[in-house]
Amino acid sequence: MNESVKTSQHMGRGQISIDNVVKIYDPEGAAVMAVDHCSLEIAAGEICMIVGPSGCGKTTLLNAIAGFHSINSGSITLDGKLLCGPGKPQATPGSDRIVVFQNGALFPWKNVLDNMMFGPVMAGKMGIKEIKEKAFSMMADAGLSGTENNFPGELSSGVRRRVEIVRALMNDPSVLLLDEPYRALDSLTKSVMHEALLDIYYKNKVTIFFITHDLQEALFLGNKVAIMTSRPCKPKKVLTVDIPYPRSYSVVTDQRFRDLMEETSDLVHEEAKKSFAAGEREG
Amino acid sequence: MIRSVQKFFFNRSSRRATIAIIVFLLFWETCSRSMGWFGFQVPWIGKIPAPSAVITAWIPLLTDSGYWTSWYLSSKRVFTGFLMAMILGIPFGLLLAINRTAYGIMFPTFEVLRPIPPLAWVPAAIIFWPTAEMSIAFVTFLGAFYTIVINVLGGAQSIDQRFFQAARSMGSSQWDIFKRIVLPATVPSIAVGASVGMGITWEVVVAAEMISGGGSDGGGKGGGLGFFIWDSYLGGSYQQIVVGMISIGIAGYLSSSLIRVLGDHFSKWTRR
Repeated sequence: MNESVKTSQHMGRGQISIDNVVKIYDPEGAAVMAVDHCSLEIAAGEICMIVGPSGCGKTTLLNAIAGFHSINSGSITLDGKLLCGPGKPQATPGSDRIVVFQNGALFPWKNVLDNMMFGPVMAGKMGIKEIKEKAFSMMADAGLSGTENNFPGELSSGVRRRVEIVRALMNDPSVLLLDEPYRALDSLTKSVMHEALLDIYYKNKVTIFFITHDLQEALFLGNKVAIMTSRPCKPKKVLTVDIPYPRSYSVVTDQRFRDLMEETSDLVHEEAKKSFAAGEREG
Repeated sequence: MIRSVQKFFFNRSSRRATIAIIVFLLFWETCSRSMGWFGFQVPWIGKIPAPSAVITAWIPLLTDSGYWTSWYLSSKRVFTGFLMAMILGIPFGLLLAINRTAYGIMFPTFEVLRPIPPLAWVPAAIIFWPTAEMSIAFVTFLGAFYTIVINVLGGAQSIDQRFFQAARSMGSSQWDIFKRIVLPATVPSIAVGASVGMGITWEVVVAAEMISGGGSDGGGKGGGLGFFIWDSYLGGSYQQIVVGMISIGIAGYLSSSLIRVLGDHFSKWTRR
């Protein structure tokens, strides 16, 4: 499978335009500018990685797309439809954009199967039997068969993450919004999770908006990587990773990958230093 | 059945518990009988009737309907007060948690009333309520009510924001969020509040019975376990006082166990 095949598969759904978005927290008082005239184009079916230091405002951008926070100016559209913008400061949360949270948001009081079924049951478009069948087939696809009766608390954090991503996909979203989902995982688990995510990505036509502060993660997973400035947040450099999918982990030792790492690591390091210095001043 | 009895005695912690209780009883027996056995009285414990004397006083009571009526009356008051506290406390706690206006209006008053010990309500309750039975039930209710409300409120307020965000993204209405997120997430806190509240109701009912004279059926045997103790004290039957005390211990333990089993059943997911 190569790049051109993939993009044609994903045509149509999940194209995001972020146009001059500004977000200021507490505009009357402290007026902290979190996002400053940020513009970014994400094509349908693309994996767009957002890289930046912790606390730079990446999550604010994600929350604006998801509809958890308002924006002060600019606009965000999904497939040409206005999510938020002039006259509508906050998007309405919807099942076309599902967030996978940093700390996970599987409902701990529901077992895996009930978690999987939650979205479709809420949507009410399918019968319970159909939903159950879909859940079982998607779980089988993601190698999660046999976990359906477990509560999330009984699973390892890696498995929990996979369950949550599949729960998100149960809603047939156009976009998956991932907020540092693998932050708490050790690097070995992380590499397994990366391949599992790509595997899921190949099988599902979905745009992925993925926040991270791990540059290697960004370059391995992404076909677009946006390196963000430290607060206020906007793209400092947007690059395309021209390594074709499917990618295996051996890619990280290739010359092309190492070149890209070299090209970008200074930029990321610079922003990290700025963010650290700002933190020192505030703290 | 035999299996589980066997398991009980070979299990290390139940063996420990059994041995501890036996050692405790032997110690008590020795101290109580110290005057007769050693010629000096162990302070404090020496004045208390020995376990063997207590059991001797207990056996005839087992066939005495008045004794069982005391059990029945106290249990009835505890469960009436406790159930009322659950029925009113859970919705009230949830209301405070999800409605900012309700919280603003009612929580300050609630917080002023909460530190008043239930027993301080006894005289007022006797005046307010037409029967002694109702005033005891009311005071018992208060004992559990505050604990349940505070636990429900705390539990519902500490639900992580991201569960609500996830539910909203997946198309949940306000009612869905209440039913499928707030309620199940609060169940463990309800269970904790219930088991603490149950303990308090036993403390309160006994004291209330002593003060109010055992309710409408009082004035003799059958005024509840608290009245049973008080009556035994007035009648100078010190063995019966201890019988009453141990009875309350057993009753409290049984009701707390019941609540714990129910609570565990409804919050299976918190056990890893």
